Amino acid sequence: MIAFGQFLEVFISGLLAGVLYSLVALGFVLIFKASGVFNFAQGSMVLLAGLALVRSLDWLVAKGFPMWAAIVAGLMFAAVIMAITAFLVERYVLGPLVNQDGLILFMSTIGVTFMIEGAAQFLFGSDVYPLRLFPTDAWFLFEGSFPGGILVSKIDVWGGVIAAVLVAGLALFFQRTKIGRALRAVADDHAAAQSVGIPLDWIWFVVWLVAGLVALVAATVWGTKLGVQFSITFLALKALPVLIIGGFTSVPGAIVGGLIVGAGEKLAEAYLGPFIGGGIEYWFAYVLALIVLLMRPQGLFGERIIERI
Amino acid sequence: MLYRETGQFKTSYAADMAIFPIRQDRIALWGLLIFAFIGIPVMDAFQVWPLRGEYLIRAILIPFLILSLAAVGLNILTGYCGQLSLGSGAFMAIGAYGAYKFGTGVRIPLEIFTIDIPPLPVFWCILLGGVMSAFVGILFGIPSLRIKGLYLAVATLAAQFFFDWVFIRVKWFTNYTSSGSVVAPDLNFFGFFANKPIEKYLVCLVFVTVFALLAKNLVRGNIGRQWMAIRDMDIAAELIGIRPLYAKLSAFAISSFIVGVAGALWAFIYLGAWEPLAFNIDRSFQILFMVIIGGLGSILGSFLGAAFILVLPILLDQVPHALGVPVSVETVSLLVFVVTGALICWLLIVEPHGFARLWSTGKEKLRLWPYPY
Amino acid sequence: MMKITVALAAAALGVTAVAEPALAQANEQFLPALVYRTGPYAPNGIPFADGVQDYWTLLNERDGGINGVRIASEECETGYATDKGVECYERLKGKGPTGAGYFSPLSTGITFALTEKVPGDKIPLLTMGYGRSESKNGAVFPWNFIAVGSYWTAADVAIQHIAHELGGIANLKGKKISLVYHDSPYGKEPIAALEERAKLNGFTFKAIPVTHPGVEQKSQWLAIRQDRPDYVLLWGWGVMNSTSIKEAAAVGYPRDKMIGVWWSGAEPDVTPAGDQSKGYKALMLQHGAGKFQVHADLDKFVVSKGKSVAKDDYAQVLYNRGVINSMIGTEAIRTAMKKYGNKPLTGEQIRWGFENLNLSEARIKELGFEGMLQPMKFTCQDHQGADVARVQQWDGKEWKTVSGYYKADLSILDPLVKDQSAKYAVEKKITPRDCSKES
Repeated sequence: MIAFGQFLEVFISGLLAGVLYSLVALGFVLIFKASGVFNFAQGSMVLLAGLALVRSLDWLVAKGFPMWAAIVAGLMFAAVIMAITAFLVERYVLGPLVNQDGLILFMSTIGVTFMIEGAAQFLFGSDVYPLRLFPTDAWFLFEGSFPGGILVSKIDVWGGVIAAVLVAGLALFFQRTKIGRALRAVADDHAAAQSVGIPLDWIWFVVWLVAGLVALVAATVWGTKLGVQFSITFLALKALPVLIIGGFTSVPGAIVGGLIVGAGEKLAEAYLGPFIGGGIEYWFAYVLALIVLLMRPQGLFGERIIERI
Repeated sequence: MLYRETGQFKTSYAADMAIFPIRQDRIALWGLLIFAFIGIPVMDAFQVWPLRGEYLIRAILIPFLILSLAAVGLNILTGYCGQLSLGSGAFMAIGAYGAYKFGTGVRIPLEIFTIDIPPLPVFWCILLGGVMSAFVGILFGIPSLRIKGLYLAVATLAAQFFFDWVFIRVKWFTNYTSSGSVVAPDLNFFGFFANKPIEKYLVCLVFVTVFALLAKNLVRGNIGRQWMAIRDMDIAAELIGIRPLYAKLSAFAISSFIVGVAGALWAFIYLGAWEPLAFNIDRSFQILFMVIIGGLGSILGSFLGAAFILVLPILLDQVPHALGVPVSVETVSLLVFVVTGALICWLLIVEPHGFARLWSTGKEKLRLWPYPY
Repeated sequence: MMKITVALAAAALGVTAVAEPALAQANEQFLPALVYRTGPYAPNGIPFADGVQDYWTLLNERDGGINGVRIASEECETGYATDKGVECYERLKGKGPTGAGYFSPLSTGITFALTEKVPGDKIPLLTMGYGRSESKNGAVFPWNFIAVGSYWTAADVAIQHIAHELGGIANLKGKKISLVYHDSPYGKEPIAALEERAKLNGFTFKAIPVTHPGVEQKSQWLAIRQDRPDYVLLWGWGVMNSTSIKEAAAVGYPRDKMIGVWWSGAEPDVTPAGDQSKGYKALMLQHGAGKFQVHADLDKFVVSKGKSVAKDDYAQVLYNRGVINSMIGTEAIRTAMKKYGNKPLTGEQIRWGFENLNLSEARIKELGFEGMLQPMKFTCQDHQGADVARVQQWDGKEWKTVSGYYKADLSILDPLVKDQSAKYAVEKKITPRDCSKES
């Protein structure tokens, strides 16, 4: 019974940790879907959003604003920063690069990563800034059935709830709004969408803005978990295997991929790690992704690749 | 005017197939080689201005040469064969640790007998490090038969993270040192001890020259054409009779070999003592940048890209100090980030095909100069 | 386009040309600082770099330098990356009239790489509390000075403190002690000493690695929750420390059973975790946070004149460590000046100063470091100078010293130092110096 309790505990915490990766992976998916750009800058956008939020929050609290007002204003400020970033990136980097090879676009987003990382730390400081929006302690479930109960971190659960709300919101946005429909049209076919009068640069700006807001949401959760600091950018590397497994173009894929990666790597670390020396979760996620790719080269939910000559 | 091949008649097949068919190119190459092999050591011996002290050689030229070599290696895979890889750091690490193991003696006790190789001379170690890297390259190249493009790139990250871990965790690779950091053996090349910076530079230069010429020859031969066919469209290549298995895996093997040799040089000559962190994901990105900024599918481009990516941040870092502007290092290094990122984006926008394309445009202009039409 | 490239190249040449005459004046001692004020480890790198800089400024402002020789310094940003650190080293080593005085990279990786380079360039390497533990042996490592303590000292003192809390060294028997460590040479160094101790004192030792940079530690702490070790030692750096404390809180592991190394015991490590870090303990590299006599001078000559580079990190743990780092370095220079005269010295001369540095109690008091440091004395053989450390505890607001000084058990550590340095000497074909013949 103890063993099963342990298994459940690792499994559940893995699933929840995976959802937190999904929060970062979602931003990748949105941009890739709409513009075919593999946006490596998503991790640094989380950093930028987090820094903007926590610095404005601290400033407002120090000025004597009530907490709720400071949070709302801080979120607004961070959203504005993300909008400016989206505008600049679209206008000066991706706009001029329209129709280039995917690899070039990918590299340009790494260039953008450098710029955002430099500018974010330049504007807001390179120290570590604590953010406390969510509780960080844990629940112990089923204490009757298992000795010690099953530990579930509250922040992880919050992350799961937020991810669910976010996905639902995105689904509504894509399905029910005019911009959402335009986005889907652009995702299907740039040229056709343009020919029926959808302004491409506006749409791309919106997509980057939405990805920026997703980054802001991820920043609230991850910032509470880690404190807002440079290391947050490493999350991009944790999100990549999630993306591969789910497929670059699927929003539900990002969530499912996150669940698989999270549960897989935590179970591997707990049950395989002791035998081969531990610290294996980083590469295990990628090996998992590689195995999935060997079976389905476009990821579990990716669009089927059709090759013609 | 300056660069015109009019009047250069090829009178034999050999001349027609020469590696540098145009006389000006040959002159330029010889000039460059003479400068690199003789000019720089002479300037160093007399301590002529830019080479005064050791800074330029130790901190710029040596890493430049080694990273150029790695970029040449990656360019074969990504630029010529079209297989995107983010695992160059791992292959460098394999080269480095492979060379280290051969340099300190390999001992594998098996059930029946014990494999026991005494410490080998450094030269062979470096090459064997490359061979090890090539084997692993073939292994991690197999998925490329099924996975393409960015998906493949992320798949190669599996190699990157896996080997980061292996060299930290498996104590055999580090000869059971307590910290897991290892120290390169003496640089004894058949009795020639490379201790002074200029000697180390010359060792690197020999390796780089040989491998760059080798690569240049490979890519214009049969196998290089197969790679390019695969790159341009693999299905079409298969239809005209090119075996993707052979073409892709050979690209992986040769690319990893060169990258591995570069890794061994990086560890032995530039760092001297290293830990796996020296070959982490950042290194992979750095080398990919060199290839892309330099120009996919160009050996010359690899060198230009390496120079740009390596030297630019170092240079920017020193600008404010040299000009006497009092700015804190924090500000400078953040601005270096921003400016480097902006320059990369700008370069990609003005010339997505990199320095190599700029170079060929330049040559085209020079051919007509001073009477363009 | 071509024009711009040419212009860039020209600008580049121009810059190097300008750099030449901008060399420091003749009567200045050049001291380089390898720092990291950006990147993943910046929160820990900044206060240290500030302390280093401020103490040099203090010497210049108050005394006009070291015995009248002003200190000229330059920082170079390494970002904690080894290759960048090597580049910085090459850039700075030849500056000033006599070259760089000594280097302190504050990174185990860079220390390993520079250890291979300093013998050729004849520049001492001052690695206070980090770097190669076996470099205590000055006969094999003439250029390394692992002042104040090594990771092995730390490991040993941590075990001694645990024994003290348990009420005697015999009570360690049968206990479980786990080490959560940064998966790099830095984190792996203490394992050898801890395994030795485990054999000797009969406790079960388990090492749990955390992958760089340490943002994801869920599975490690779930394993600890199930394993319930009696104590957890923490060997982290940067974001890893605060994440460990948070995860420990989340799994309900008591923080007062956690002991961090002195690199896991500063303000940036505990403040992000807020109240959860209350009770967390960490080793002190002898000193802790807070103001001492030297800070009065710092206040008077540096801070109040607006010359301090520190912001809110003033008098924090890592800031004070930076100050001490500079003090030991400059005292070594002062010692060397007794032999070589009051002028800018070369690295080789300063190395002599380090080897003959004797910080007596009176001298420490004179310098204003009373209460921060114990006396220490370097010799040709002993490049560490001291083997003592204390333990501090975070009470939610500030660090409180909770123990006296422990002296590391040299009968355990010295054989390790001897073994490992002998191994290094064989590998590098070094013949150890005979210290009895050195003066």
